[in-house]
Amino acid sequence: MSNPAVAVEAQGVTKIFGSGEEQVRALDNVSVTIRENEFFTLLGPSGCGKTTLLRLIAGFEHPTDGHILLHGEHIAHLPPFQRPVNTVFQNYALFPHMTVADNIGFGLEMQGMPKQDVARVVDEMLTLVRMENLGRRRTSQLSGGQQQRVALARALAPKPKVLLLDEPLSALDLKLRKEMQIELKRLQNETGITFVFVTHDQEEALTMSDRVAVMNAGNILQIGAPRTIYDHPSERFVAHFIGETNFVEAELIEIDGRNGRVQLPSGAEVPASLPDVDLSPGKVTVVIRPEHVDLVPDAGVLQGTIDNVVYFGTDTHYHLHLDDGTPFVARLQNQRDSAAAFTEGDKAGITVKDNAIQVLVD
Amino acid sequence: MPDTVALPPRSRPFDVRYMPGFTSMAWLCLIGLYAPLLIMAFFSFNESRSVTTFTDFSFRWYQIAADNAGVKDATILSLKLAALSTVFATIAATMAGLATTRTRSFKGQAFVFAVINQPLMIPEIVTAVGTLTFFGIIKQVTGIQSFGFLVLAHTVFCIPFAYMPIRARLEDMDLTFEHVAADLYASPWKAFRYVTFPMMLPGIIAGAMLAFVISLDDVIISLLVAGAGETTLPVWMIGQLRRGLTPEVNAISTVLLGVTIIFVSFFFFLTFRKRK
Ligand SMILES: Nc1ncnc2c1ncn2[C@@H]1O[C@H](COP(=O)(O)OP(=O)(O)OP(=O)(O)O)[C@@H](O)[C@H]1O
Ligand SMILES: [Mg+2]
Repeated sequence: MSNPAVAVEAQGVTKIFGSGEEQVRALDNVSVTIRENEFFTLLGPSGCGKTTLLRLIAGFEHPTDGHILLHGEHIAHLPPFQRPVNTVFQNYALFPHMTVADNIGFGLEMQGMPKQDVARVVDEMLTLVRMENLGRRRTSQLSGGQQQRVALARALAPKPKVLLLDEPLSALDLKLRKEMQIELKRLQNETGITFVFVTHDQEEALTMSDRVAVMNAGNILQIGAPRTIYDHPSERFVAHFIGETNFVEAELIEIDGRNGRVQLPSGAEVPASLPDVDLSPGKVTVVIRPEHVDLVPDAGVLQGTIDNVVYFGTDTHYHLHLDDGTPFVARLQNQRDSAAAFTEGDKAGITVKDNAIQVLVD
Repeated sequence: MPDTVALPPRSRPFDVRYMPGFTSMAWLCLIGLYAPLLIMAFFSFNESRSVTTFTDFSFRWYQIAADNAGVKDATILSLKLAALSTVFATIAATMAGLATTRTRSFKGQAFVFAVINQPLMIPEIVTAVGTLTFFGIIKQVTGIQSFGFLVLAHTVFCIPFAYMPIRARLEDMDLTFEHVAADLYASPWKAFRYVTFPMMLPGIIAGAMLAFVISLDDVIISLLVAGAGETTLPVWMIGQLRRGLTPEVNAISTVLLGVTIIFVSFFFFLTFRKRK
């Protein structure tokens, strides 16, 4: 096969909760294709429909409209317990009346696997999540990170085709979260299972994922590799949600496929990347990342006045306002023992690195 | 300032413990509640027949009660009745608990809830009269005379008591556990068998124990509904009391009190133990 096989596919899925006045459109005509063995992340703010999409895949909810396919097959008629997908729930929900080992073995027992085989797989799983000697423990005696691992092991033990993870790390403190991020990545590599991962933490999404879908208000705005999403956001929301960024009003004057030229408010004409839609020349908003610019004493392509300088160790953040009043941030890497090149109140020119200007759709 | 009460630094803004006279009031209530019981228990160990002057410690009245054939029959009947109605009431209450917490909310759910709990609100004597009338009609029409009527009356009466702790337990249990079970290939029945049921079991046991003591201690329903020769222990005691207070009745009451305390303590242990 030339194309990697498809694990999960949503076709025009709409989910409406409630009716009449209180109707909530949790998902609005969402289509997405998740490939096999992929680490796929749903990223978006609270209430944008991430959990709803997972619950539709797991079978706890039914789409109001549209279809969900698993490995190319319709699964609408399958109740949750017949779907070969497992979920790691946000609050872990480990069974309190069972030991760690019983929790991990639960899915296998339910599938009717013989007792010795269950015990063997449970041991494998305990090793996989590095909890070898804790099988006999009660779940109430575990730390947050350990509970997280047990929840993972329990969901992985039946070797599902697809693992759904609903903000599995959000309850952990920062240090543990970083550790578990690496751990999750390792588990995904070792098992080769498709991971559908939900988070509202953009950094987590960028560091872990093969591809990211950015969601807002029941829609998927953009799907792409972390780099693509970061460097070439297609919409204002995506650019804003992922990392710090500058928005500058400009005039699109030349279009050549995905490349073009824009005229900035200063009058300077610079090359820019275009989003993957039909555009016509005219007013546009462009995105310039703070770390993709430099400050110079002469004119540059944009001019502004420095309001504030913040030293961060590895870099220094310069908060400016452009001559037309637009706020702008520049982030310059620090050299050893170098003094800040500009101070508050200075006028500065801004230069932009090649290919660092992205035109937005809106 | 002499007449302000010194509050501990982290007290609640309103704490009844610092109301004047609260402590003496509380003691008065406790004494009013428990002193009669203690005195009754005390005199059940009296050697003499008097229930007002204590002569010597003895188990004499317990022995007499145990040897009394009337007491023995009444006790057996009471236990049988309590056991049967507890089983039926607990099963019904479990199903009612599941129906009111584990199904999609349905039309008339509040109504069902109210109907189940009605016996708690209606005066017991009214329930008893109603049951008596109703069963009277059935008995007349069918000609059936049966212990089953008494069991049925007790079952219905005990359901709300069994239902309350079961429902409380189910409402406490996160639905996610059942979702996890379903996610891990457990059919609805297996999810119930291996997850819901074991997790709600403390509630079921608590409900059963409450139902058991309620049935065991009931007088009014038994008095009115029981057929000829069906004398429960409390009914037998009422009959005795008509002839005057005896240490024998004190002894039986003390045993009933003991059983009730054990069951209710266990109930509270199951219900209020730190939930995890
Ligand atoms: N069972 C439900 N009944 C009614 N509305 C619901 C239900 N489930 C979700 N919603 C609504 O659908 C929208 C999407 O919810 P969802 O839980 O998918 O958000 P989310 O992206 O997972 O958010 P979070 O990051 O806070 O978990 C919200 O507006 C929510 O209030
Ligand atoms: Mg969610």
